[in-house]
Amino acid sequence: MTDLFSKFDPLIEQRRALLDTGVTDPFNLVMERVLSPTRAICNGRETILLGTYNYMGMTFDPDVIAAGKQALDEFGSGTTGSRVLNGTYAGHKLCEDALKEFYGMDHAMVFSTGYQANLGIISTIAGKGDYIVLDIDSHASIWDGCKMGDAEVVPFKHNDIVAMEKRLKRIPEGAGKLVVLEGVYSMLGDIAPLKEMIKVAKDNGAMVLVDEAHSMGFIGPNGRGVAEEQGCLDDVDFVIGTFSKSVGTVGGFCVSNHPKFEIMRLVCRPYVFTASLPPSVVHTAATSIRKLMHAGDKRAHLWENSRTLHKALRDKGFQLGTEEAQSAIIAVIMPDLERGAMMWEALLREGLYVNLARPPATPANMTLLRCSLCAEHSAEQVQTIIGMFERAGKAVGII
Amino acid sequence: MDRAATAQKIAEVIEPFNKKGVALTDATTFAGDLEWDSLTVMDFVAAIEDEFDIIISMNQQAEIETYGQLIDAVTKLQG
Ligand SMILES: Cc1ncc(COP(=O)(O)O)c(C=O)c1O
Repeated sequence: MTDLFSKFDPLIEQRRALLDTGVTDPFNLVMERVLSPTRAICNGRETILLGTYNYMGMTFDPDVIAAGKQALDEFGSGTTGSRVLNGTYAGHKLCEDALKEFYGMDHAMVFSTGYQANLGIISTIAGKGDYIVLDIDSHASIWDGCKMGDAEVVPFKHNDIVAMEKRLKRIPEGAGKLVVLEGVYSMLGDIAPLKEMIKVAKDNGAMVLVDEAHSMGFIGPNGRGVAEEQGCLDDVDFVIGTFSKSVGTVGGFCVSNHPKFEIMRLVCRPYVFTASLPPSVVHTAATSIRKLMHAGDKRAHLWENSRTLHKALRDKGFQLGTEEAQSAIIAVIMPDLERGAMMWEALLREGLYVNLARPPATPANMTLLRCSLCAEHSAEQVQTIIGMFERAGKAVGII
Repeated sequence: MDRAATAQKIAEVIEPFNKKGVALTDATTFAGDLEWDSLTVMDFVAAIEDEFDIIISMNQQAEIETYGQLIDAVTKLQG
């Protein structure tokens, strides 16, 4: 039978072939119970979590949880409305105030997810006749924001400053220009040379948007991200971020110093035409963001975890996405999807959860086991994880 | 540069990407006949952009499926 679903036949076939080999479906795991930011029960078994974005371990922070419970009691379970109608509560303002303080910026706008923040800001500010110049390895939400707007979309090779500059210089005189970059690229865990790239963008008259989803809370002296770390945050026009990673709940945002930024609240459709975040979520987020401002010790421990795991995996002979640990993401490169799935399953049997990533989400058609560390992983847990990787890697024949 | 000269240059840029040595006509398609995946397309577009010092935006790429359409587009983009 052919119908609108026929276009998915190759993917359905690929999935069937993979599952026929007898491996557990890597895209259907259920966390039956969650014990802490680093431990859960999966398939009835206690499992160490090494594939969440809970970098700072805020999901079980007692102050964060208390704030959420109190908000449920005082404001109810949901807002049932858009931010611009009945959906802006005290908590949304608390969140935006916390973000302004966290980033030291004049304006903050909270969206229902980070995906919607990219979708909304990019599609709204770059319109017909404008040009968006973006890294080819950009997150799906950035690509979708480009697709939703009417601007001309011009990608360049990952982190390639010269390729970016050439494209900027070819843009017709007078056209509006937006350069879109990420601080940390989440597939390989590598960072961007933002200082050089932003200088080139500015020299060519472009505005700059940086997605710092995977750096908030632990990169940069105040946890503001890679741009802060490299001393170029003042030249970034828009920072996009999310509450679904270090902040430990759900939601997205954009912060900016642009004097006209507030008009976005009226013209940005993914902000206007969807319900706002529930009160419990914005109160947990605001509390978490404020705690992240003073999380120096946790930050240091997260870096230590990341460097320890990176070095050990490299020494054991695994092929990694970066030479050194550049973020809290360590990508272990698998030879192919089948062995990637086997390794993923072997690790799960050992009691370790990591993320299996495969094309088209990955660059260069790679299959990756993506590990992301948490500030709440103990030094002993990291050693346990290293042992699990070694046993699984030998069993599957990857090392 | 006229269409013939443009076609000549494009053929040179295609050469290393045309792994199976498919004979090129105006009707040759990149996805179908040359069997290029999206990554190959990206690399090839970058090579064409640099060769002619032009931009072929994603929006314009969506309209280009065949070798002939590419020659027309590049001829036009050089203005
Ligand atoms: C770089 C990047 N931007 C945006 C998002 C979207 O964030 P959210 O989960 O809040 O939709 C993600 C996460 O998936 C991401 O990795």
